[in-house]
Amino acid sequence: MSSSDIRTLELNMGPQHPSTHGVLRLVLRLNGEKIEHTTPIVGYLHRGFEKMAENMTYQQFNPITDRLNYITSMNNNLTYAMAMEKLLGVEDKVPERAQYIRVIVAELNRIGSHLIWLGTHALDIGAMTPYFYCFREREMIVDMFEEISGARLLYDYVRIGGVAKDITAKFMDMLKEFIKIFPERQKEYHTLLTKNRIWLKRTKDVGVINAEDAINWGISGPALRGSGIEWDLRKKKPYAVYSELNFDIPYYPEGDVYARYLVRMDEMLQSIRILEQCINKIPEGPYMMDEFKKVSKPIKPPAGESYGYAENPTGELGFYIISEGKNKPYRMKIRAPSFVHAYALPFMIKGSLLSDVVAVIGSLDFVFGESDR
Amino acid sequence: MLDAKVIDALKEKFGEDIVNVSESCGDSIVNVNLDSLHDILGFLHSNLSFDYLLFLTAADYPKREKRFDIIYQLRSTATFDEIRIKAEVSDGEDVESVSDIWGSAIGDECETYDMFGIKFLNNAELRRALMPDDWEGYPLRKEYPLKGNEFSDRYLDKYLPEGQRHQITHTRMP
Repeated sequence: MSSSDIRTLELNMGPQHPSTHGVLRLVLRLNGEKIEHTTPIVGYLHRGFEKMAENMTYQQFNPITDRLNYITSMNNNLTYAMAMEKLLGVEDKVPERAQYIRVIVAELNRIGSHLIWLGTHALDIGAMTPYFYCFREREMIVDMFEEISGARLLYDYVRIGGVAKDITAKFMDMLKEFIKIFPERQKEYHTLLTKNRIWLKRTKDVGVINAEDAINWGISGPALRGSGIEWDLRKKKPYAVYSELNFDIPYYPEGDVYARYLVRMDEMLQSIRILEQCINKIPEGPYMMDEFKKVSKPIKPPAGESYGYAENPTGELGFYIISEGKNKPYRMKIRAPSFVHAYALPFMIKGSLLSDVVAVIGSLDFVFGESDR
Repeated sequence: MLDAKVIDALKEKFGEDIVNVSESCGDSIVNVNLDSLHDILGFLHSNLSFDYLLFLTAADYPKREKRFDIIYQLRSTATFDEIRIKAEVSDGEDVESVSDIWGSAIGDECETYDMFGIKFLNNAELRRALMPDDWEGYPLRKEYPLKGNEFSDRYLDKYLPEGQRHQITHTRMP
């Protein structure tokens, strides 16, 4: 075939493609098997949360935040609660016990999210076994959340001013059991994938993004740490009680899919470290500020605006709230890491092979409930 | 809290174009003129190390003469400072794109265009981000009804056969 016969091909991938984690659609322009240009199309799950927020009271919006990234509901609740507490100026008055409970549930949910990510990411690339291993451990986390919040998904547990209920003795027993067995289980995942030759071939030097570009494209969370930047909001801008806890930030300089995989694998063990310290340090006391105990009592923050953010498993989630002194927000903007990552994807996969797109999508841990809002 | 040097440097360089400097809940807010908005953001990026664009959005104030506020939240990964830049935009006025400064602006500009109808010049990828391409109206404008309008009621009908046309079951009263 002569070179004049080569033409570019437009290929539609998604929204119902199994590896696009729900509803990402990519329009790829291909030259042979190389990608020349990508148009990401999101919005298939758009439910208008920002418009809904303008017509809801502040407490009514709390369960809506669960539905952003439905895998990390606890972290979403925590971020929203922190943004609201910043707006109300009560950050320092939240009881210490509540702050410790928040850290415990946030870290448990982080492990849970990373487990789902690991299972589905490996499944996309063709390794089916890790999926079953991951869901075995995730089941324990979900059981724990059921014990304290009554729900196995969408917990609505962390509230403005504290948490909805105190944790129980049974929960603490389950947590201790989980901490005991999890590091062993994490080694099992390593034996399945880390030195697997097929895994290495599919992930090494794929979807590379260097540190400067990663910052320019607004990448956050484990994906940023996979590009060699030691950036974690829990350390750099400590919230809740993270400043009192010892943990490391895992980061790898390669910037490829494999580096992002290693970051998340290490992060799970760091979360276990945080949980161990929390069990020893958690004080007795109230779990909620008295003034926010009644959900029916309207919250009226003073006129002003705040941007509250936290390190979520997928990246930096943020709530930007403008208040005009009423019981409803005037404007709420949700900074969703998945949305930012979706628009950074074309840059990351430019020039790579079509089959690598699946690996890169998996490594960014997209959840489209969050991206589309 | 933001270092005062940043504000001083901005005031020294742009003088009149810095309209107001304020603070809310510990966040620093700088209101600027729209004309020099792109220059100010470029200056913040290259001279004051604000290399990370957290988000870009707008807010609608229909009673004002210039009804939109366009809002940029920036962060420096070196000093951990954060700053919020705001400029007033009237309806139909175009804003110069900052996608040449931050790559991450492309997505947010698409979303702001989609939700408010503010057009960005020099953004090659500008299109509706979340709503369908042939949608009419801008959902986050204050006058856009929460439960949709006549257009959104009938939107799906052109894709459905006659017997399955959309039946409206809600009332539009809040």
